[in-house]
Amino acid sequence: MKIQSLEDLKTISQKTRGSIYHPNTIKVNIGMASCGIAAGARASFDKAEAAFSGDDGITICQTGCIGFCEQEPLVEILADGKPRVMYKNITEEKIVDAIEDYRQGLFEKKKWILGQMRKPLGIMEDGTENPVAKVSPHEGIPFLEEIPFYSKQVKIALRNCGYIDPDTIDEYIARGGYSALLKALKKMKAKEIIDEVKASGLRGRGGGGFPTGIKWATCAKHDGERSIICNADEGDPGAYMDRSILEGDPHSVIEGMLIAAVAIGSSHGYIYVRNEYPLAVKRLITAIKQAEGYGLLGDGIAGTDFCFTIKISTGAGAFVCGESTALMASLEGKVGRPRAKYVHTVEKGFRDGPTNLNNVETYANVPPIIIKGGAWYAGMGTEHSKGTKVFSLCGKINNTGLVEVPMGVSLREIVFELGNGVPKKKKFKAVQTGGPSGGCIPEKFLDLPVDYQRLAEVGSIMGSGGMIVMDQDTCMVDVARYFLDFLKEESCGQCNPCREGIKQMLDILTDICAGKGKKGDIELLEELGSMVQRFSLCGLGTAAPNPVLTTILYFRDEYEAHIKDKKCPAGVCKALFHYDIDADACTGCGLCAKKCPQDAIAGKKKEPHQLDQDKCIKCGICYDACKFDAIAIR
Amino acid sequence: MSEAQAIRTDQTDEVDFVELDTMIDKEFSKDKENLIMILQAIQRRYNYLPKPALTYLSAKIGVPYSKIYEVATFYSTFSLEPRGRNIISICLGTACHVRGAERVRERLHESLNIADGQTTDDGRFTLESVRCIGCCSLGPVMKVNEDMHGRIATDEVEKVLGQYE
Repeated sequence: MKIQSLEDLKTISQKTRGSIYHPNTIKVNIGMASCGIAAGARASFDKAEAAFSGDDGITICQTGCIGFCEQEPLVEILADGKPRVMYKNITEEKIVDAIEDYRQGLFEKKKWILGQMRKPLGIMEDGTENPVAKVSPHEGIPFLEEIPFYSKQVKIALRNCGYIDPDTIDEYIARGGYSALLKALKKMKAKEIIDEVKASGLRGRGGGGFPTGIKWATCAKHDGERSIICNADEGDPGAYMDRSILEGDPHSVIEGMLIAAVAIGSSHGYIYVRNEYPLAVKRLITAIKQAEGYGLLGDGIAGTDFCFTIKISTGAGAFVCGESTALMASLEGKVGRPRAKYVHTVEKGFRDGPTNLNNVETYANVPPIIIKGGAWYAGMGTEHSKGTKVFSLCGKINNTGLVEVPMGVSLREIVFELGNGVPKKKKFKAVQTGGPSGGCIPEKFLDLPVDYQRLAEVGSIMGSGGMIVMDQDTCMVDVARYFLDFLKEESCGQCNPCREGIKQMLDILTDICAGKGKKGDIELLEELGSMVQRFSLCGLGTAAPNPVLTTILYFRDEYEAHIKDKKCPAGVCKALFHYDIDADACTGCGLCAKKCPQDAIAGKKKEPHQLDQDKCIKCGICYDACKFDAIAIR
Repeated sequence: MSEAQAIRTDQTDEVDFVELDTMIDKEFSKDKENLIMILQAIQRRYNYLPKPALTYLSAKIGVPYSKIYEVATFYSTFSLEPRGRNIISICLGTACHVRGAERVRERLHESLNIADGQTTDDGRFTLESVRCIGCCSLGPVMKVNEDMHGRIATDEVEKVLGQYE
């Protein structure tokens, strides 16, 4: 069937809505994004399918990332007239029991249950009908919307992740999908689409933060063979929202690209996706085929003369290819070296034609803006940063996961309310935003709202949204060294300031971490950093010193401890500390001695143990194993 | 991941040129712009990039061998040396790093007696480090072939390696 009109979409939606909201069997949605699968979701899925294969009353389905990664594998079970219940940590041993309990209306295993959901309608649908609200909730199960991890979230880019089967286009349509495309194609002029995106205040979600509407308008102004590119080369370590969107809701990105193509006037689209994300590639291919089947991609889309094709290209592991000009060179089959942007890519980009490049999350935001209007989107957020942003919370934090919050929410709320703070009662030290191009933000700035300008004022950037929390066991000098080591590897090597500057800075930091730091090293790092910032060719180089400069700014005492006192207070830099057993705290349980791979720990049972410094390789196994904090860093 | 492809072990320089030719024509329509993806396909087939395949490719799609060599050495995915039967990718992303990935890596160096990018003498393992595979919530993460091992403690390394022959 070829979709021609909004009515066609409505017909599909009517047919499919039931299975999403009030299925006539018990429906088991298992979160099957990469991280869910790594946590054991595939095994749970196979087990459930085998156990209920002949059972007409139960349907086992896959869905995308449900977001609460800490509690993976996540499983949601629902049925007509019954509460929608989200189960956590459902590994293969638990899945069959969880489903049986649900069938019998038993909700006694409280540790397995995350909560029940009350608002499953998507933001692009008619809000007058909420099938779950009509079902009386089950007493004694918390509401998901009231759990701190979810309560402050507003899901726009992630609207369908965890609700729909990403491999089924009908479910995307049932959540209001492709209606924005048909509206843009049939009821709006190109300029109206661009004006709506401008009015929304949407800015590039990949890191640069350039206003999307202005980019589209400039690209549309230039003549030539225009291309639409989606940057899915999510290289920032610690950021994985683009992967989750591609794995959980690939059609939202395809629809966003289609709308951009209508507005700008293009017939060729490209998705440049990381080779490290095989599942995302697989789901994109399925999605593109399905969209072609419905006549939403290809020639004569939805009965008009608009044509658009999408080609998927896979990257080959180069961080610098996230930079627009490098990405375009890579798409052309060349090495990914950036060029100077005297002429912007919106004028001369891919194959020297006008090119519009946006990130995955940016495109995923477009369809709701077209349906609900730019003013609706601009109603959320701060003066300069509108709408919502997806963050990946990771590192030393209790609730790791993906969260989507309105701009303007404070870092403290994200880390301590949604993220539930630092594990094992350790002390919070810093939160790192913006990946290798960003900075480390200390506790005194935690009340800062999430906003492009405000983060820049403290020396960091919004970036693509990775948020890595660091605690007392993280050495800030080592973190700075780590990022430069990363950037030294990833620098393309064509401009001197970046290639040589980063290497010199890294050498100094490596020396400091090895206990060979000298007086004046900090000042030299600052001087070199400012040179690299000013004279590098592309964004990789100009932002490279950020992690070093912000850690010097906020954690200078740690640098000084390394250089003057030859100590690593966090116990990371091996040359600058040793482990010791605190005889007062040691209970003589013997766990550390058993685990030590070097047999460096000995002692009588129930008496304080001793550590042989000559044998110790500082692997840290004893430090992690001790339950009594008796292994001290000296 | 159960949908994982088994990594090929036939590591010889015997390149099947007919197969290669058909692939370049059919899957990639002989297009220069598909160079990176063609190289990925060759590496999937042979587990590395054999030189005869690259020289043939050069003539076939009209890209100088020097340019192909440039691409093959610029991108970190590609290997010009034969690799082991099992590929270990230790994630050194930031989230894994702050959770102790460095110690896991050191442990791997010690137990396998190889450095990053090297292959054990018996051809059983190749050790590679990658920057973020996007499973940050499970850090530190170690990927062996296509299997993800999350929340790896330093003392669990040997147990994981033991699962692979």
